[in-house]
Amino acid sequence: MIEPTYILEETNEYLYPGHLACQGCGATIAIRYVLKALGKRTVVVIPACCWSIISGLFPSSCLDVPLVHTAFETAAVAATGVRAALDVQGQEDVNVLAWAGDGGTFDIGFQALSGAAERNEDILYCCYDNEAYMNTGIQRSSATPEGAWTTTTPKGGLEDRPKKDIVRIMAAHGIPYAATANVAFPDDLYRKAKKAASIRGMKFIHILSPCPTGWRIPSSESIEVARLATLTHLFPLYEVENGTRITVNDQPSRKVPVARYLEAQGRFRLMSEEKVAEVQRNVDARWKRLLKEAKEK
Amino acid sequence: MKKVLMGNFAASHGVRLARAQVISAYPITPQTHVVEELSAMVARGELKAKFIKVESEHSALACCISASVMGARVFTATSSHGLLLMHELLHWAAGGRLPIVMVAVNRAIAPGWNIWNEQTDTLSQRDTGWIQLYCASNQEILDTVIQAFRLAETVKIPVMVIYDAFILSHTYEPVDIPDPDPVDAFLPPLKNPEALQVGKPQAFGSVTSPDFHMEFRIKLHETYGRVPEAFEKIEKDYEALIGRRYGILEPYRCEDADLIMIAAGSLAGPTRMVVDGLRQKGIKAGRIKLKMFRPFPVQLLLEALKPAKKILVLDRNLSPGTGGIFAHEVRAALKGDSRPVWGFVAGLGGRDITPDLIESMFFDALGADAPVLTTIFKGVRL
Repeated sequence: MIEPTYILEETNEYLYPGHLACQGCGATIAIRYVLKALGKRTVVVIPACCWSIISGLFPSSCLDVPLVHTAFETAAVAATGVRAALDVQGQEDVNVLAWAGDGGTFDIGFQALSGAAERNEDILYCCYDNEAYMNTGIQRSSATPEGAWTTTTPKGGLEDRPKKDIVRIMAAHGIPYAATANVAFPDDLYRKAKKAASIRGMKFIHILSPCPTGWRIPSSESIEVARLATLTHLFPLYEVENGTRITVNDQPSRKVPVARYLEAQGRFRLMSEEKVAEVQRNVDARWKRLLKEAKEK
Repeated sequence: MKKVLMGNFAASHGVRLARAQVISAYPITPQTHVVEELSAMVARGELKAKFIKVESEHSALACCISASVMGARVFTATSSHGLLLMHELLHWAAGGRLPIVMVAVNRAIAPGWNIWNEQTDTLSQRDTGWIQLYCASNQEILDTVIQAFRLAETVKIPVMVIYDAFILSHTYEPVDIPDPDPVDAFLPPLKNPEALQVGKPQAFGSVTSPDFHMEFRIKLHETYGRVPEAFEKIEKDYEALIGRRYGILEPYRCEDADLIMIAAGSLAGPTRMVVDGLRQKGIKAGRIKLKMFRPFPVQLLLEALKPAKKILVLDRNLSPGTGGIFAHEVRAALKGDSRPVWGFVAGLGGRDITPDLIESMFFDALGADAPVLTTIFKGVRL
C-alpha cells in the first residue's frame, strides 16, 4: 500500500491561484504536486496542450518557475535544449521538467520523446494524460481508451482500440526511470517526482489526469473517478527502473469491477455490455502480467 | 592561418571561432560535413560545446530555440528537406527574437530526389522573419558565420548563412582561418538579458491575445528595417579586426553599365567573369552580387542599379507560376520604374550554369527593347 507521508509536509507552492484551468482539472492538481517535489530550481517546458492556456495569457504566468512554451511536437527536445543551456552555464543542479498532454506525448511529440529517451537526456518528462485532445474539444488520441466517446469517435464509431501502452514503450528504451501515477494518489505522485529528481538521465512519469469536461463527469468527482481507475487495476501504479525492474506500488486487496469506473463517466455510456466484459478481461490479463513481471524482476 | 577547405568545413571553423555553446543537428546531404566536423571539434576539445545529435531537423531547431531562450549561443545546419521540416520552428525562432545562427546549404527539393544545387529551399522561407545572407566563396562562408552571430545578437533576429550545394559546400578553396583573439574581440560572449533565468518566474511564448500579438510582430518588422545598418557597422568592425569585408551587395563594373545582372551566391563568380568578357567586346555590362536577401536591401539596390538601362536577374530557383524569386523581389523594388527587367531562371536541380549561358542572357537583353516573357528559362533541353 502507499504510505501517506510526504505531501502534507510540503508547504511550498509553485502554482499560484488565478490559473485558467477548468474546475476539477487533474492536470492542474498534478503539476502542483510535481513542482512541490522539484522545487524552485526548476525550468518547465510546455508544448501545445491544455497547460499552454492554463498557465495564463501574456504577460501573466501562474507558475513560480521559468516556463518555456514550445511547439506541439517538441516537448522532449525543447527540454533537452534547456538542459544543454543550463549545463554549459554550469547549472547542472536545475531540474528540467517537460510537461505535456497525451496528444503531445503519445502522438505528435512521440518522435522527439523517443529521441530524448534513446539519448538518455537528463530531463523529467511528465505526461498528464486526460485521454483525448481536450484543449481542442475532446478529439481522440492514441491515449483514448477503448469504448470511449469523443467528438471524433462519436456514437456508432466509438474508440475500438486499446490505448497505447506508453510506459512500457518508454521503459523499452532502457531509461533509468519510468512510472505511472494518478492525481488521486498524491503521495505516490510526489514521491515519484522526488525520486525522478534524484536520478540522472531520462525520467518519464505517466500521470492519469481526469478531465471532467471530456470524461463527462461532475467536476466534484474528478478525484473519485481517478481513484477508481487504479482500484479497478485499469490504471495500476508501478515503476520500471532501467527498463526491467518493475515495482507495483499499489496492490488493492479488494477488487473493484471495471464497470464501476466506466459507469461513473458519461464518455463510456454508449459502451455495450459485451465491450465492458471485454475491457474487464483485458484489464485482468494486463494486471496478471504486471504482477508476474514484477515478481520476476 | 591559410588552409585549403571545403565550404562546409569553412562553416565549421566559423562556428568554432564563434564559440557556439549548444549545437544541435541532423545529417542531410550536402550539409553533413558541417556538423561532422563540429562534432569532431567538440570531441577533440577544440570547441567547448554541447553537441546534441537529435532525431530530426525539426528537433534540431526546437533544441536550439529552447537553449537560446535560456541564453546559450546556439548553432544548427541543414539543407533542403531538412529546412522545410524546420519551417514551423523558423517562425518560432524569429517570432521569439532569438539570436540563432543556422547554415543552410541550397539544395533542390523532391520529387524526384535531387541533392544538387537550387535556391528554392531557402527562398521559400523568406516570410519566416529570418535574416538571409548568401555567400559566394568559402572564405565568405567562414567570415559570414562569425558575423552572423554578432548580427543575430545585435538585432535579436535569427540569421541563415546560405551557400550553394557542392559548388561551395564540397569544393576546396584556400581559406584564411583567423586567430581566435581578434574573433573574440569582435564577438564577445553572449549576454542576453532577456533570456530566462533559473529562480525568476518568467515565461517565453505564452498565449498572446489580440491585444498584444500585433505589436510583437510590428516590433520584429521595424527591427528588420534596421538590419542593413547594423550589418554595415558589423562589417566595418570585422574589417578593422580581421581585414575582410563583403557588403550587403557588391556591384561590379556597374558605374557606367547599360546592362546590370543581379545574382546571388556562387553565381557571383561566373557572372563577374562574363561581365569582363563582355567589356572586352565593348558591351557595357555590370553585375550586382546580392548577399542580403532578407531584409531585401531595396535602397542599396536601387542606388546600385541607377546607371542601368536594362536589368537582368539570374535566378536558380522557381516559384511556380510566378517565376524567379529574386526577379520578383527586384520588380517589386523597382515599382514605378519603367526600365525593363529580364527574369532568367536557370540551373534548377543542379544543372550547370555555364559562362556561355550567362553571356547568352546578356545578348538576349541586348537584342530586344524589353522581354516578351516575364520568366525566361535558359539552358533547357527541349
